[in-house]
Amino acid sequence: MIPGFIATNAPALLIAVPLLGAFLSPVIGIISRDARALWVLAIITLTAIIGYFVAFLVYTEGTVLYVFGAAETALTVPPDSGGIPIRIIFAIDAMSALMVIIAVTVGFAVILYSLSSDSRRSGLEAYYTIFLLMIGAVLGMVSTGDLFNFFVFLEISSLASAGLVAYKVERGLAVEAGLKYLLVSTIGGIFFLFAIGILYGQYNALNIAMLAEVIQWTPLDKLALVLIIAALAAKCGAVPMHFWTPDAYSMAPSAVTAMLVVASQASLYGLFRICFTLYGMTLSYVTIGWVIIILGLLSMIVGVTMAIPQKDIKRLMAYHAVSQTGYMLLGVGVGLAVLGDQALLSSYGTTAMEGGIFHIFNHAMYKGLLFLTAGAIIYQVGTSDLNRMGGLGHKMKWTMIFFIIGALAIAGIPPFNGFASKFLIYESVFAFSPILSIIAMVVSILTLASFVKVFHSVFMGPPLPEHENVKEAPHTMLIGMTILAALVIISGIFPEFFIQNLIAPAANALIDQAGYIATVLGGA
Amino acid sequence: MRMSKIVRFSADVLFGAILIFGFYIILHGHLTPGGGFQGGAVVATGAALVIVAYSYEEVLHMIKKAGLMLQESAGLVMFAGVALIALGLGTTFFFNYLANSGLLFGMSVPFGPNPGELNTGGVLPLMNIAVGIEVWGGLAIVILYMLSGISKAEEA
Amino acid sequence: MFWNLPYVAVVLLTVIGLATILLKRNLIKIFFGVGILTSAVNLFIIALGYREGGIAPIYTYAASENMVMATPQALTLTSIVIGVATTALMLSFAVIIYKTYGTVNVDEIRELKE
Repeated sequence: MIPGFIATNAPALLIAVPLLGAFLSPVIGIISRDARALWVLAIITLTAIIGYFVAFLVYTEGTVLYVFGAAETALTVPPDSGGIPIRIIFAIDAMSALMVIIAVTVGFAVILYSLSSDSRRSGLEAYYTIFLLMIGAVLGMVSTGDLFNFFVFLEISSLASAGLVAYKVERGLAVEAGLKYLLVSTIGGIFFLFAIGILYGQYNALNIAMLAEVIQWTPLDKLALVLIIAALAAKCGAVPMHFWTPDAYSMAPSAVTAMLVVASQASLYGLFRICFTLYGMTLSYVTIGWVIIILGLLSMIVGVTMAIPQKDIKRLMAYHAVSQTGYMLLGVGVGLAVLGDQALLSSYGTTAMEGGIFHIFNHAMYKGLLFLTAGAIIYQVGTSDLNRMGGLGHKMKWTMIFFIIGALAIAGIPPFNGFASKFLIYESVFAFSPILSIIAMVVSILTLASFVKVFHSVFMGPPLPEHENVKEAPHTMLIGMTILAALVIISGIFPEFFIQNLIAPAANALIDQAGYIATVLGGA
Repeated sequence: MRMSKIVRFSADVLFGAILIFGFYIILHGHLTPGGGFQGGAVVATGAALVIVAYSYEEVLHMIKKAGLMLQESAGLVMFAGVALIALGLGTTFFFNYLANSGLLFGMSVPFGPNPGELNTGGVLPLMNIAVGIEVWGGLAIVILYMLSGISKAEEA
Repeated sequence: MFWNLPYVAVVLLTVIGLATILLKRNLIKIFFGVGILTSAVNLFIIALGYREGGIAPIYTYAASENMVMATPQALTLTSIVIGVATTALMLSFAVIIYKTYGTVNVDEIRELKE
């Protein structure tokens, strides 16, 4: 079915295909717009197939290793290198595979969506090039097993995202938002590079597994961890470095916003990967765990309270994205805080992490869906101001249904997937500290209140006269939304299946630092 | 804005020299400090020189944006293509299949002090050339676009 | 102490860069700050890679144990390339912002604030 060399090289193709597609899309675009649309669609379909294939391999056969430029794919430590993994490697374990699944699913849905939502714009050759570049960079970030390689992909994704945020160039506001995002992520990237330099200067290694084996928790390591947390927390939009999120999310085209959510989650993945796999037991997990929990709490509370008074639909959703990021930080932070205590870890720590990681998956789906519905509304109505919408429920039935699904999922109402992950978080965090759990529930209620308000002002009430000619969104946009909505419902109805087969292996992969090191370094 | 005849003539003469110097850096990237990016940047400064010496409208006749964009894509595709060929040969992405093969750039590196043998390095020179082409096109396009922004701002 | 001079320079450059970014109100000057910060991290990595008595790995005749590993140089080069891309993007944003608002002062272009 699949030729052997494609199967063995699937991890490399995972980034090679989107990158090659990105570079060729301006050339194809010379032929015609339709040819380019078909080409982009073909590339993203191929990427998705490869992504699912890699994830399948990881979940059935364990961590997939890929060494760039080596004679064999799994030759992480060449015999003549003196025991140092000298090449760039991809180490895709269950956690990475989950992120790959998220990235290719959302990527496919948003590309399908943007084929019609952005077809009215000019400058599309650059748009799809940068979009595919961003997807490739996100896939690279979650697959790599090399610290510097992670930095390179982080920067590629920052540059591509900033370019896409500023894509509506004729509006100065979009450029302002893009510049803000670019400044934050560039300064974050420089901090990250400082941290890499500190670690490299001490241990002469860039490979995550190699570093994890020898790391000491010296004062310099602490400094490096602080720099990394600052950089990646800023990139994933956690309070207090969240100020770029509402601007960037609201000014970007909606398809881009949905992908930006995934890009922020890739930074979140990097944060977890470095805390758990690189530092692991050496860091004072209680302190760092509490730092992450507090970041999460602040994000939850500040995000939701800032969201309630917003009048711009996408700005409101962006603040909710900040607030939902808090849940992930809370869940995984609790897991980190009890990392050293095996009894506590097995009684609620693992569950909390599963909740946090499941929330990453769910958030990408329902938040992507919500941004896409917002995009469909803006596409048809021509404004993002909530006060100038109303009575759209009659005209845009499908969009309304998708919005309801997304809104109920984000508020944690059963049977949608937000409930499943939030329930795991409430339950396990309650065992850790009841007050945190209560705050999380209150934030959830406020989220529901805020979305009820949005629903009422957008879809209910009498139809406004200026929206006389509003129609339902085009088909490709609806198909893109359907994919995400279906996943929201399926993972809400069968959470047990998802948790057992996707989430629990991912959580265990994060906890099992020794296993990661053995897999990567034991290959030779 | 158009500079004087002397400036334009000097730019014409220097452009060739800059081009050759840039190509030298690109081609010797695997032997001496430098490489595709540095060489490509040098070549792009040649384009910048022409842009400074002549007016924007004249430059648009000399350098085509579409051509540069095509060149940028060609460089990137060549880079990825050279790496992808390795998959067909049963090795990994970016594997240096040309080194020590006796083919193009396939000579073994001679041991001992030597001025540097150009015909070595395997796929590295090919990658340098690809990156050089890409950076040349990319930076020239960046300069052109920025110049177009300035000229419009001055009119307004 | 003398041999730590590069690191002292790194700290100084970092402080200058951060101060420029935080205190200046002109966008172009903020970009200068980012550039200084990038230079600081590049200098840091290059300084880490220095080994006394080491030989550059381009001479084939040197004893292999005296050759330095070229990784820090490769990292710096990559960082410079990324820096170029970032600077180009930031400057083009500045061009558009100047065209739209007629100024590059950050106090006067904050229309997103609510």
